Amino acid sequence: MRQFLRVAWVVMRKDLTVEMRSREIVYTTVFFAASCVLVFAFALVREGRPLEDAAAGILWISIAFAGTLGLGRTFERERHTETLRALMLAPSDRPAIYVGKLLGILALMAIVEAVLVPMIGLLFHAPVLARPLWLVALLGLGTLGFASVGTLFAAMLVRARSRDVLLPVLLYPITIPVIIAGVRGTAALFQATPDEPMARFWAALLVFFDVVFVTLSLWTFEPLMTE
Amino acid sequence: MARVFLPLVLVAMVLFAAAPLVVANAPPEQTMGLVQKIFYYHVPSAMLMFVSAFVCGIASAVFLFRRSAAADRVALAAGELVVLFGAIVLVTGPLWARKAWGVWWEWDARLTSSLLLWMIFLAYLLVRRFGGPGSEKLAGAMALFGMANVPFVYVSVNYWRTLHPKTSVVMTLAPGMRAAFWFCVAAFAALYVLLLTLRKRLEDRQAEVEQLYLAAED
Repeated sequence: MRQFLRVAWVVMRKDLTVEMRSREIVYTTVFFAASCVLVFAFALVREGRPLEDAAAGILWISIAFAGTLGLGRTFERERHTETLRALMLAPSDRPAIYVGKLLGILALMAIVEAVLVPMIGLLFHAPVLARPLWLVALLGLGTLGFASVGTLFAAMLVRARSRDVLLPVLLYPITIPVIIAGVRGTAALFQATPDEPMARFWAALLVFFDVVFVTLSLWTFEPLMTE
Repeated sequence: MARVFLPLVLVAMVLFAAAPLVVANAPPEQTMGLVQKIFYYHVPSAMLMFVSAFVCGIASAVFLFRRSAAADRVALAAGELVVLFGAIVLVTGPLWARKAWGVWWEWDARLTSSLLLWMIFLAYLLVRRFGGPGSEKLAGAMALFGMANVPFVYVSVNYWRTLHPKTSVVMTLAPGMRAAFWFCVAAFAALYVLLLTLRKRLEDRQAEVEQLYLAAED
């Protein structure tokens, strides 16, 4: 178990170190997420006032879009430098490599969300600080669910043709429950009087989703990544 | 397989030839009248769509963990049938909805979850078709995840919105309707098994041909 965590930690640190040197993915993904929010703002803001309930939806759609972009770019980098094979050849548990990759993606998405949430608060008058812990819990659980499936699919798609378009094609239908739970839960928090029982229900659904899909991913990573 | 094939064709043919008569003779529903007859096609197709999704998911899991090529062929056949029966559901559903609810589409739990399941398996077929070499495994994972996703889609969409009649409606049907309904379920199930075996056989033959080509080249 310690070995497993160590490998996961090393893989994550490697990803973050590479990223820290170029900052390519962080900068482009954050900028992309911000432009997403603006596009939605132009579509959904009428007479200076945003549609009711729009903030939560825009937040989660931007997270999903930016996450897809980040996932694709992270694995494109591995493919470009031919390092995924080296990673797979390493004498360690395959699932540990998956966990390391997942942690790297989660760190990236956390940065994106740290920019998105204040933006949503400012531009759409969403009370993001009304229930900060619940918001963080929903964001964390939802991101984990999205990224756990996304990391597995992006890893598998590295070898596939037309991987750029296939990643969203595969990922979005599967992660719809995450999006629904995230949007409804966050919308409940953004109401004039935050609806905590509602947020708790959706957070519980996300916990179940995360448990099932992280387990399934760990279970299938080995046979999927074996040539 | 070849031995049961012909009887299966005959059974399916007889069932489908008789189905319109059985449906026509079933007592009419009081409020919806004639439109309710779509029920006999819509619900069995929906049932088989879900069954087929599970067949595809389980066969994909067997393929991934046991590396059985035959299971992969079953999964492909079942995946295509999810899309086929799903298409029947998604065409007959709005036709019925238009008359019963006054709109073609409603963002209701069951409609949305069926649409999502259908999309997952459409994506499954897209990967198989355009994923290039090695895409069977990827598609297998998609089917497995899609199957695991069914309860989540169901619960999330259910709390999101609901309007569609509950499944318990099947248990409370009038006796005449119930007989006609289960007759139609049997007919569609026979059609399903028939198509599944047929499609699997086609894939088996294709795999054999590829083997022979490879052997001839060596």
